[in-house]
Amino acid sequence: MSLRIVVTVKYVPDATGDRHFADDLTVDRDDVDGLLSELDEYAVEQALQISENSDDDVEITVLTVGPEDAKDALRKALSMGADKAIHVEDDDIHGTDAIGTSLVLAKAIEKAGYDLVISGMASTDGTMGVVPALLAERLGVPQVTLLSEVSVEDGTVKGRRDGDAASESLEASLPAVVSVTDQSGEARYPSFKGIMAAKKKPVESWDLSDLDIEADEVGLAGAYTTVDNAAERPARTAGTIVKDEGEGGKQLAEFLAGQKFI
Amino acid sequence: MAEVLVYVDHVDGAVRKPTLELLTLARRIGEPVAVALGNGAADTAATLAEHGAVKVLTHEASEYADYLVVPKVDALQAAVAEVSPAAVLVPSSAEGKEIAARLALRLGSGIITDAVDLEAGEEGPVATQSVFAASFTTKSRVSKGTPVITVKPNSAAVEAAPAAGAVEALSVTFSEKATGTKVTGRTPRESTGRPELTEAAIVVSGGRGVNGAENFAIIEALADSLGAAVGASRAAVDAGWYPHTNQVGQTGKSVSPQLYIASGISGAIQHRAGMQTSKTIVAINKDAEAPIFDLVDYGVVGDLFDVVPALTEEIKTRKG
Repeated sequence: MSLRIVVTVKYVPDATGDRHFADDLTVDRDDVDGLLSELDEYAVEQALQISENSDDDVEITVLTVGPEDAKDALRKALSMGADKAIHVEDDDIHGTDAIGTSLVLAKAIEKAGYDLVISGMASTDGTMGVVPALLAERLGVPQVTLLSEVSVEDGTVKGRRDGDAASESLEASLPAVVSVTDQSGEARYPSFKGIMAAKKKPVESWDLSDLDIEADEVGLAGAYTTVDNAAERPARTAGTIVKDEGEGGKQLAEFLAGQKFI
Repeated sequence: MAEVLVYVDHVDGAVRKPTLELLTLARRIGEPVAVALGNGAADTAATLAEHGAVKVLTHEASEYADYLVVPKVDALQAAVAEVSPAAVLVPSSAEGKEIAARLALRLGSGIITDAVDLEAGEEGPVATQSVFAASFTTKSRVSKGTPVITVKPNSAAVEAAPAAGAVEALSVTFSEKATGTKVTGRTPRESTGRPELTEAAIVVSGGRGVNGAENFAIIEALADSLGAAVGASRAAVDAGWYPHTNQVGQTGKSVSPQLYIASGISGAIQHRAGMQTSKTIVAINKDAEAPIFDLVDYGVVGDLFDVVPALTEEIKTRKG
């Protein structure tokens, strides 16, 4: 038996950098350093753990859609231990929204071949958290999402989904789409050996024509949503700051009472 | 007047507050038609009518509890086919966003998630979103198909607006994929008796400075004196001091209460992402240089183990 895992990852602007919008109201990717979205590291980690706990022959492919620099995200995932990578890159993809991104990813996943897709819970830039559900809908396979625990055995994926009202145990037959949360287990750091080995691992490059996608199905023109404007939130006006000299609690209560909270 | 579908989040017929907020927003765009599914669906009607629902489409079936997400997508799709709404509004919970996304794809529509405001526009509803850790505000709209929009809790006031709220049975045929992911077990969360984090008017949060699970008792005591929900920073959650369900920030909940009190939280960007849109922000921290103080309306530089209990006492005294 073999198990083919495709991990979807995203190259995002560093959240601690000064993120802003470009003139066309897309995310400015030129002026801020990028990296593998932290939340996708958990997806790579769970793929590696499934592989380590499996008697099957497991092959892990990391897949990203993005500009040339997005290869950095793939390299990071490869150095953590993934086997190979696919980079979908095409100038026409610039400005693609979540619906379009899910189309490109789904076509690439189908072309690559898969038994299990693992995604992070959301990207750290767009933060919508809808791509895993969209992939399941497009691929026509079960979605087993937002898991804080995941295991695969005998063609079945099981996991625990911690919701607000309840913690649920989920189960589905493969093929399936899984997403994992940051509670699923800390992601490993690439070892020096891993980093060296990653340099020799294959990275395939595909464009839209490889996936039979027309340019007008994606990009800004193909987007299903339009951003009309983006404004920097005004800085909060400087507040009152006091040093506690024994009266800090009382002073704070006085402020809260003045604001009618007490 | 155009109808607007509102997906109802309820627990055995008890409607959760964010759904009532959606009705307020839906009335700006058209006539709200609510869709309530699963056990107790019909029991939601009275509350929904009180807040503006002209119609309540209901369907009860065990599939909604036994299988993940897809049965609800099937039902909402059936409701869209019946009503041909001007927009579909869904609460921005984890599940709500998944339902909305799959529905949008089936409808050939665009989706906007995590709106914090919504108004009618010439080219359809205009949604306001807070992005990049709430450092930017965008206005967006769906440009293809029936707009599907998820809205965050606390984005609008709950308003009384009595309407007919006529209950109609929705006819739903489940798709082949509906039973793909089975829910094999469910452990309900223990109730703390405190308000829901994302819905609370006041949130009191503790971070690294709380320094231990047992010390969260003083955060809880302050919260209880104010009738507030308790939040925690990622540092506190990762250390195992407080449950992940209470985490405020990028990978936890994003809250926008009237008052946010941060105790022993430095204010890293990931935390700010989850609380920056709060109306009034107060912080208590030993470190005068902590970035959280850039956000506050009122800050106390001091030891939270002195300041928080003193504040709790003073609140209790004032409340008598």
